[in-house]
Amino acid sequence: MIAVGLYALAALAGLAGAILGLAGMLGRVWSLRVDAVVPLGGLELTMDPLAGLFIAVAGAATVATSLTAAGGGDETRRGAGTYLLFVAAMGVVPLAANAITFLIAWELMSLASWALVLDRRDDDARHAAWVYAVMTHAGLACLIAGMLLLATHTGSVRFEDWRAAAPALQPAVRAGAALLLGLGFASKAGVIPLHVWLPLAHPAAPSHVSALMSGVMVKLGVLGLVRVGVDWLGPAPVAWGTLILLAGALSALAGILHALVETDLKRLLAFSTIENVGIVLIGLGAAMLFRHAQLETLARLALVAALYHVLNHAMFKTLLFLAAGVVVHGVGTHDLEAMGGLIKRMPWTAAAFLLGALAIAGLPPLNGFVSEWLTFQALLQNVALEAPALNLVFALAAAALALTAGLGAACFTKAFGIAFLALPRSEAAAHAHEASGVVRTVLLALAGLCVLLGIGPTVVVPALGRVAGPLVGADASGGWGGALTLTVGSFAGLSTIAIAAALLVGLAVPGAALAWTGIARRRYDATWGCGRLRQTARMEYTATAFADPFTRVFNFFYRPRTRLDRDVHPQSRLFVRRIAYTSPTRSIFDEWLYRPALDSLRVTIERVQRLQSGRASTYLVYIFAALLALLVLR
Amino acid sequence: MIDAFVAVLQVLLVAAGAPLLVGALRRMKALLVGRRGPRVLQPYADLAKLLRKEAVVSTTSSWIFRLTPYVLLATMLVAALIVPLVLARPVLDFAGLVLLMYLFVLGTFFLALAGLDTGSSFGGMGASREVAVAALAEPTVMIAILALALRAGTTNLGGIVERFAQEPLLAANPGHLLAFSALFIVMLAETGRLPVDNPATHLELTMIHEAMVLEYSGHYLALVEWAAAMKLFLFMALLGNLFLPWGMPLTAAPGPLALGLVVLALKLAVLTVGLAVVETGVAKLRLFRVPELLAGSFALALLSVLSVFLLR
Repeated sequence: MIAVGLYALAALAGLAGAILGLAGMLGRVWSLRVDAVVPLGGLELTMDPLAGLFIAVAGAATVATSLTAAGGGDETRRGAGTYLLFVAAMGVVPLAANAITFLIAWELMSLASWALVLDRRDDDARHAAWVYAVMTHAGLACLIAGMLLLATHTGSVRFEDWRAAAPALQPAVRAGAALLLGLGFASKAGVIPLHVWLPLAHPAAPSHVSALMSGVMVKLGVLGLVRVGVDWLGPAPVAWGTLILLAGALSALAGILHALVETDLKRLLAFSTIENVGIVLIGLGAAMLFRHAQLETLARLALVAALYHVLNHAMFKTLLFLAAGVVVHGVGTHDLEAMGGLIKRMPWTAAAFLLGALAIAGLPPLNGFVSEWLTFQALLQNVALEAPALNLVFALAAAALALTAGLGAACFTKAFGIAFLALPRSEAAAHAHEASGVVRTVLLALAGLCVLLGIGPTVVVPALGRVAGPLVGADASGGWGGALTLTVGSFAGLSTIAIAAALLVGLAVPGAALAWTGIARRRYDATWGCGRLRQTARMEYTATAFADPFTRVFNFFYRPRTRLDRDVHPQSRLFVRRIAYTSPTRSIFDEWLYRPALDSLRVTIERVQRLQSGRASTYLVYIFAALLALLVLR
Repeated sequence: MIDAFVAVLQVLLVAAGAPLLVGALRRMKALLVGRRGPRVLQPYADLAKLLRKEAVVSTTSSWIFRLTPYVLLATMLVAALIVPLVLARPVLDFAGLVLLMYLFVLGTFFLALAGLDTGSSFGGMGASREVAVAALAEPTVMIAILALALRAGTTNLGGIVERFAQEPLLAANPGHLLAFSALFIVMLAETGRLPVDNPATHLELTMIHEAMVLEYSGHYLALVEWAAAMKLFLFMALLGNLFLPWGMPLTAAPGPLALGLVVLALKLAVLTVGLAVVETGVAKLRLFRVPELLAGSFALALLSVLSVFLLR
């Protein structure tokens, strides 16, 4: 009962946040300062349009996840208080106006989510939580170092003073601070290669928490990158923008490639989060480069594309994780290979998941398409930059984004097709049950939002333009076309509402015509099977088989470790008694980056350990030597 | 008024002309290898026969399977409004190449789901291969769009075609030719032609598209085949109008419209002969060599873009 109350409180807080954020986005800015609560500058909050956007997104997602959790019964009873703390901390992070407030809220958010990752308390969850704790604190260390660097050189911990002082800073200090802050935020955003915690931690948490971690928390890392890239430190040099653009392209591609071969539904969604953060960063990087070249209108377009994708991803990833939660609850496993046929057992969840999959695959006329389209239009206009090397970077980023979109469509064909269609692949899947009424309503509402954001870009884009314009020195309003058609200068135009209408007519007219003329006759029979007696689920294509063409094409990336074990009869090897074939894919980031780094760290630590002899006399010598050294150096 | 007329004309033209194009292509291929081949109007007869038959639907499948043929048809009908056919300015003027490509992906997405929905191994195999080929073709498409947009200053199809129709010499440069070759290869991959896929065979090891739609019958199959023919028609018309921009009327009036129809028919005839020659001349590639072909087309498109950047 207490848990339900806490979740209801979180839902109310989310609703308040959504309203407050929306108001802030539309221009109701305010500040709040309480000196007594925290040391070194006091608690200081400022609402600006950018913070408003992220709070609105967080609020809307929180309403959905909290309602789902409230209806979760025993499974979600534990951790309700931690969840509320997590939600509150995420609400404070975008508002924080000085380093102290920010770091406290940031760390509370990390700790609360860490505790929620530990929910299942099995070995996998412990490992996930351990990796998460290490990565998030490495990120925090970078953030603290970067903020201290800025604080010592500007003499203030307030972000507003940083904005004012940034143009006059030494380039080295500015670059150093940007690098440290960038690393800290990128590790939270799951940018490759700092992503290792994400595919472990997000699936380990309960689904309503996974939805918030993927939908909102990683976005706060993105918010940090936006602040560093276009806000706190002034116009960024070419190198930063290029770095963000390339990191985005790499994250998008590598993220979706990992998602494509994944057979764990929730981990697939987690990898796809990395992909989507990559898409956002492509927009952000392009905005930084355009701004450096003083092409403010293009910079605004690219930043609007990035922010639109932030909003969209929050909606469809929350939807997909919540729907995955229903599926996992019903089937009792994350494994795609044990699902199948769920569209008949849970039609509403299936319909919502399908809409989410269409949206995340960037298909018209849903919301993912609009933000990807905007990103493409920004990238394709790179000819305005008079630098062949940068033009090439933009062209390759556009190609990477196109490949990502294609692979994304393939990945979500697999996710939906294997999980929901054909015959159930396990006993549990055959008896899975539909979600409760509340959860169904939440899922359908989120799907409805995906549709609305898809057909209403002429309302959303100008609003985002008001957020993005001032950040990159462009006009806040104007230049987006009329009520029905969104235009990007004279370069391109799009009317998703007309496309949606045309698609509906194209569906309805032939459908009605065939039904009315009596042509649409059908009867039901078994799937054609080359003469075999009956069809079973073992004849169906599996998730692994579906991804096989991709494993072959990209085998330089996956480096599968193929193994074939055959147990043959002692008298003739033609009689095979048991055969096992495994071909797991590997992560090149683990093997080429983290393992060598951890190995060398261990070696170093073992060497340093020799100093630790355990004899007090030796330690006294150390102290004496250190004292002498300090005196000499002074 | 004239706009509405053009819209209806375009949709009817694509819907009615697509089977003719397929029939002509088959006839041409037959003639090239010394056979007589079926008559040009045969695809119409096939469609009519399929529409008269009762469809058999797998008991394993769901509403996705039954909805997909209609989705496929709807995407093609909308695409018919986006592609400039007889007039330089298409009906839905705002829409660009990016949207067109994504509409095709929408159709592929549903078709792949339908392939999985019946639970047969063929369906899954075809679906997996089809989405792989479609995904790998995407980067080429985007870079080719970039190459066109760089020369025309817009990604709106109407704008591009109008620009080239006004200044046909723009289309006669090597960079443009490279982009054409790249998009031609994409067309082969996207519409399931040789050497990527063989539309005339049901050999299980090599099937891509045919494996995916194996379970369809009756009016569902008619819709799927019709939509596939329309996709080919739209791709060929697009290539013709983008890369042979001559003779496109710029205003909607009865005279120019009639002229536009004749010009379109001529361009399609040229491209049909070209496609028939290509398909007769090459053998089908092994499935896992297809990525190399697509990588080649990507290189062509990238060269086309680079030629703009470096030669400005």
